[in-house]
Amino acid sequence: MPEVVVSIGPQHPALKEPVNFKVIADGEKIVRLELDLSYNHRGIEKAAEQRNFIRVLPLLERVCGICSHSHATVFSKGIEEIMGLSIPPRAQYIRTIIAELERMHSHLLWLGVAAHVIGFNTLFMWTWRDREAVQDTLEEMSGNRVHYGMNEIGGVRRDLTPAQVEAALARLPVLEERIKKYVEMVNSEETMLIRFRDVGKMSREEALKYGAVGPTARASGVDYDVRRDDPYLAYAEVPWNVITDTHGDVYGRTRVRVGELWESTQIVRYCLENLPAGPIRVDAPKTAPKGEILSRYEAPRGELAHFIRTNGTDKVERVDIRTPTLANWTSVAVCLVNQNIADIPVIVAAIDPCLSCTSRLTVVNRVDKVGR
Amino acid sequence: MTDPVFILLYIFIFPGFFFLISYGLFLAYLDRKIAARMQQRVGPPICQPLADLIKMLGKEVINPNGVDWRVFDAIPLIALAAVMTAFLYVPVLGYSPLAFQGDLVVVLYLMALPTIALFVLGWLSRNIFSAIGGIRAVTQLFIYEVPFFLALLTPAIMAGSWSISEIVVWQQHNLWIIFFQPIGFIVALIGLQAKLERTPFDIPEAETEIVAGPWTELTGRRLALMDLATDVSLVVGSALIAALFLGGPMLPWVLAPFWLNSIAGFALFLVKTLAVLLILSSIKVATGRIRIDQLNDIGWKYIASAAVVQVGIVLVINYLWVVP
Repeated sequence: MPEVVVSIGPQHPALKEPVNFKVIADGEKIVRLELDLSYNHRGIEKAAEQRNFIRVLPLLERVCGICSHSHATVFSKGIEEIMGLSIPPRAQYIRTIIAELERMHSHLLWLGVAAHVIGFNTLFMWTWRDREAVQDTLEEMSGNRVHYGMNEIGGVRRDLTPAQVEAALARLPVLEERIKKYVEMVNSEETMLIRFRDVGKMSREEALKYGAVGPTARASGVDYDVRRDDPYLAYAEVPWNVITDTHGDVYGRTRVRVGELWESTQIVRYCLENLPAGPIRVDAPKTAPKGEILSRYEAPRGELAHFIRTNGTDKVERVDIRTPTLANWTSVAVCLVNQNIADIPVIVAAIDPCLSCTSRLTVVNRVDKVGR
Repeated sequence: MTDPVFILLYIFIFPGFFFLISYGLFLAYLDRKIAARMQQRVGPPICQPLADLIKMLGKEVINPNGVDWRVFDAIPLIALAAVMTAFLYVPVLGYSPLAFQGDLVVVLYLMALPTIALFVLGWLSRNIFSAIGGIRAVTQLFIYEVPFFLALLTPAIMAGSWSISEIVVWQQHNLWIIFFQPIGFIVALIGLQAKLERTPFDIPEAETEIVAGPWTELTGRRLALMDLATDVSLVVGSALIAALFLGGPMLPWVLAPFWLNSIAGFALFLVKTLAVLLILSSIKVATGRIRIDQLNDIGWKYIASAAVVQVGIVLVINYLWVVP
């Protein structure tokens, strides 16, 4: 059979967001892959330059619908560092709780999507049902299911009442039980093993060479996690483990994610039980001194970086967002070669792509080159 | 029995086309409802498949550029006609009035037609997803069809008849064939699941990979009829397995009035087809989709071998125990 070009996207049932792959296939085998990412430019970085620090946080939270807290936290963390503020421990703990709950709902969502792309809809329905428990907890704490609006420069906006802490602790045992079940399923369920094992294999060297981050890199044996290697929030005080795996395939990425789910429940439990007393915020100055900072954060999908440059006013001069999905794309293009057409959605879904957050970036960079 | 009015009633009203379509829609509903409850969802209301059918019949028909619309119109009709014809030879109330020696073979070939129709459809669609789906459909056909045929023909070898109705009568006098051929029963169920393109064998229409495979360019009444053909196939397939392995719609003894016997037979038909559907739905819920190359391995290595082993066992049984 001659080579055929299968064009997938920008509209395709397997894709939740617009992206275009041109897959050059020989029968059912993939020869080459061409990627086109930029379908959803939203101009967020430019808009961020025109808002002061109070108004910019809600905007940055809307970069991503899943890791909204990540973007707000990594930005306020950077600005606070430039301002030289020290954040009260209670605020750090509350930020950590929200961050780990966010990781849980993101990984549960991913597990459902991964099951859906191999047609295993039962697991998809189950994980999304259990994800509701996490979302309910988040809604109780922040008033919102997706954009929590918890952060402000200098701390958090809402305190946790004892009743909220108790309600969250009451939900945890159910979640822990379900997550244990998923760990077991991932390791023993035949239909998942048959589709995930030896699919999209990436060695440790390749992962480092192509700059993979997050669970994708950790599944290839790269022992790297910003939460441990550059501790922020309360991670230095909480006992937890970095989950790595040596399989390097989609199966390994699944194992890392369900392992992280379990670690997240333990972090949330520890933080809720050891929530320090005290204020939840300090008064921050209106303006930040001139400076530059690269703020790093372990988002559910991997290392998220905000480059922030301030110029002494109440606005940033430049904020540049590098999402984990951008770092992981190259590894996808490499993993896909010599795989089956049937495995495209599995391998693409395995990095948990968040396309609209990413596509904005490339366009902005191109504009920069021309415009400045 | 050969009264033309009776035959017409049999073909068009009961248990022919009218009943067949209603029962097909009901099974489609039940299948979705069972799957939904197992997945902790609510599931559709009972009239949903009928509502879908009527809605789609009224929708606009879109002709893809450069496609012969006559062929596109005809293919779903051919698929539907084939499976509906097949149902006439499957016993529902008792002995099918149209039964003849060899109707089992006719039914098997008629049931293979929708898959071929899908392949032609995919090939004609001038759409890359449809073309890949069509090729996958026909590749899959070559994998499951041989074990499926072997599994469904072994009851015939055992009963010494090529007529489905006579195999049912044979089971009335002896034991259900499933007790002699448990392996064949399992192979037949797997084959039927693959024939109906349900998970884990929904490879040709894998939604997340190739949109809807050969179905991608189907719209309006074409889609409605093709959907209906799948629903009807579900009835025919489960009725066929119920007849060949589970004793079909006949009690081991004859009830006094003829009509009571028919009602009992019909009740048995319902119970047994629903039991087969429950198994098929459970398989659907418990698995994910496998890849075509993996199906090739599993199909030829294990399923085909199992079917051949079953044939061997039946031949030995027939030799040792001269069937009355």
